[in-house]
Amino acid sequence: MTLDQLAPKKSATITAVGGIGALRRHLLDMGLTPGTKVTVRKVAPMGDPIELFLRGYVLTIRKEDAANIEIHGVMDV
Amino acid sequence: MSILFALAGNQNSGKTTLFNRLTGSNQHVGNFPGVTVEKKEGRLLLRKDAFVVDLPGIYSLSPYTAEEVVTRDFIVKEHPDAIINIVDATNIERNLYLSLQLMELEIPMVIALNMMDEVRASGNSIKVKALSEALGVPIVPISAGKNEGIHELVTVAVKIATEKQKPKRQDFCTGEIHKAIHSIAHIIEDHAAAAGYPVRFASTKMVEGDEPMQKELKLHDNELRLIAHITREMEEQLHTDREAALADMRYQFIENVCASCVIKKGESLEQLRSEKIDRILTHKYFGIPIFLGIMLLIFLLTFSVIGAPLQSLFEAGIDAATGWFSRWLERMDVNPALHSLLIDGVCTGVGSVLSFLPLIVLLFFFLSILEDSGYMARVAFVMDKLLRKIGLSGRSFVPMLIGFGCSVPAIMATRTLSSERDRKMTILLTPFMSCSAKLPIYGMITAAFFEKQAGIVMFSIYILGMLVAVLSGLLLKKTVFKGNPVPFVMELPAYRFPAAKSVLIHMWEKGKDFIRKAFTIIFLSTIVIWFLQSFGWNFQMVENSADSILASIGNLLAPLFIPLGFSDWKISTALITGFTAKESVVSTLTILTGAAEDASLYSALQSLFTPLSALSFLAFTILYMPCVAAFAASKQELGSLKSALLTAAYQTGAAYVVALLIYQIGRLFIG
Repeated sequence: MTLDQLAPKKSATITAVGGIGALRRHLLDMGLTPGTKVTVRKVAPMGDPIELFLRGYVLTIRKEDAANIEIHGVMDV
Repeated sequence: MSILFALAGNQNSGKTTLFNRLTGSNQHVGNFPGVTVEKKEGRLLLRKDAFVVDLPGIYSLSPYTAEEVVTRDFIVKEHPDAIINIVDATNIERNLYLSLQLMELEIPMVIALNMMDEVRASGNSIKVKALSEALGVPIVPISAGKNEGIHELVTVAVKIATEKQKPKRQDFCTGEIHKAIHSIAHIIEDHAAAAGYPVRFASTKMVEGDEPMQKELKLHDNELRLIAHITREMEEQLHTDREAALADMRYQFIENVCASCVIKKGESLEQLRSEKIDRILTHKYFGIPIFLGIMLLIFLLTFSVIGAPLQSLFEAGIDAATGWFSRWLERMDVNPALHSLLIDGVCTGVGSVLSFLPLIVLLFFFLSILEDSGYMARVAFVMDKLLRKIGLSGRSFVPMLIGFGCSVPAIMATRTLSSERDRKMTILLTPFMSCSAKLPIYGMITAAFFEKQAGIVMFSIYILGMLVAVLSGLLLKKTVFKGNPVPFVMELPAYRFPAAKSVLIHMWEKGKDFIRKAFTIIFLSTIVIWFLQSFGWNFQMVENSADSILASIGNLLAPLFIPLGFSDWKISTALITGFTAKESVVSTLTILTGAAEDASLYSALQSLFTPLSALSFLAFTILYMPCVAAFAASKQELGSLKSALLTAAYQTGAAYVVALLIYQIGRLFIG
């Protein structure tokens, strides 16, 4: 499954980061690399973007971009 | 010999706070050559022969944003004596990612491990000595906010700079990546030296597939083929692509180092506190109303509760000074024309604008608190979807908010947007966010017509600007700016109490800017206007302003404004002078109506406008083309005079249509 489908208060491990160019590179630079554990904290008031917690900090990305990130091993927080 | 330091680090790492600690108020703000990324330079408080350049806040040395490229170029081409790399200790993994890349630049470097007080308070700890050994660079734990460790940081930085102590290791890789980097290093060695890049850095960038680097190295075709072969082999062996491989390599190295050097019992207190605060501030239902409430509160405080009395006080002071100066001139028996120039032209014009200084400083006080506390990023998070509807990202919201202060820095702040399309659109829409220089106009009109409803009228003005921006966005998205909005990847920093010093420096800078503008552009324009309105075409002083040169220009344009409800030449003339700076609308009207004090200005205005046409006039002034300084900024950012002119024409057109609608529809109700 992909990161955009992960419900709030659930965490999972990244398996692959898709997409191309600047966006993908930026996601990787921000620490969204394969093997990283990521939690969805919440969804913005208007339903998008989503708030992630990873590597001890909070990052926000849009659902359409989160759809490029493959995850597995969903767990409750 | 003087020492030059480069201060580099992530956004939200406390870089600005550290810079302020290091330099006090000895700062010079400019731009990096060729781009409009802000460059702050300052002299160290603790070492008078040392200077520090504050590089933009970045997360990586990739070639995708102007900030990243500027940082790279500055370090490689300006050869600072040392890099001070600020690292947020509470968010150490991601912060060290940039550090590893900076180390490859082979410049003496010290890590300023910031927010160590927070790490300790949260019951966590970092083995600084072990971390320093693992990374091969000296590390000084500091707390920029609490002014701890700054002395030691400067001592170490000076030491490594004078001893030219380069980072001890650049090799963080193993296996296939190691092999690839080293094989490529051999191929490009001479090219890297010729282009002035450290070979290790250039080689890593080539493995990553960095296009600007490839161009700068001027490699031959056979070398490029060889490099392509090496990277392809690496990708096949690792079952991943070059970019992911290197990001992964760096993060793995960092994870290993942190596993042995960072003792983390739990999330930091700041993180936990931020999560709690966000339960309210980015709440599903309360988030947006709270944001609007905060803005409303700021405006009420700025314009009524605190701002108004401060402003009256300031005005009284200016009036007293002008009166004293006028009497002194009379005693000195100066020529009446000169007396008129100095008192009616300069003092009255500049004075009436300067009296708005308290409001501007106060507004920036609140804006910098929003920025420094971390709330601005939440605003982007909450508003992203809305802005996306008009084809922008939540990040455009920040320049737009700055637009409430001044369109010039706001337009310049659009440089951080990574898509040209977003940048252009934000530049076009930002001036609709009513800037602080227009405050004197609103202040004047509300005082003359809507004294009781000042707060609500002010609020409506701001809402109208935003509304026009939204409608324009929708229109432009469908027409001129078709295409996909940019990716939106943004850190939400932990909430922190803003450092008083940073807020004060920010206010001081804005106040200084405003005063400088008052004594340059506004000073000049008041003299020109005074001349045009005091002299006729025969270059003789006129008794009555109605016979002046300016009056004839204003008269020529006045009929255009009849459908908007204000056709007096004084108003069209004031609007023309608004091109030089928006505050000039007030000073021009003051001069043209011959009003010596506010009360007589207000009664003069009451004869020029009805309350309805005053509203239409307000709408026109919010929206029509920005001042010449903002126009120059947008020309620079848009890269062409033609685009800037089109932008200005659109803004003025929108202003005309909206003012027309307000006046004509209003007339139906009022009769």
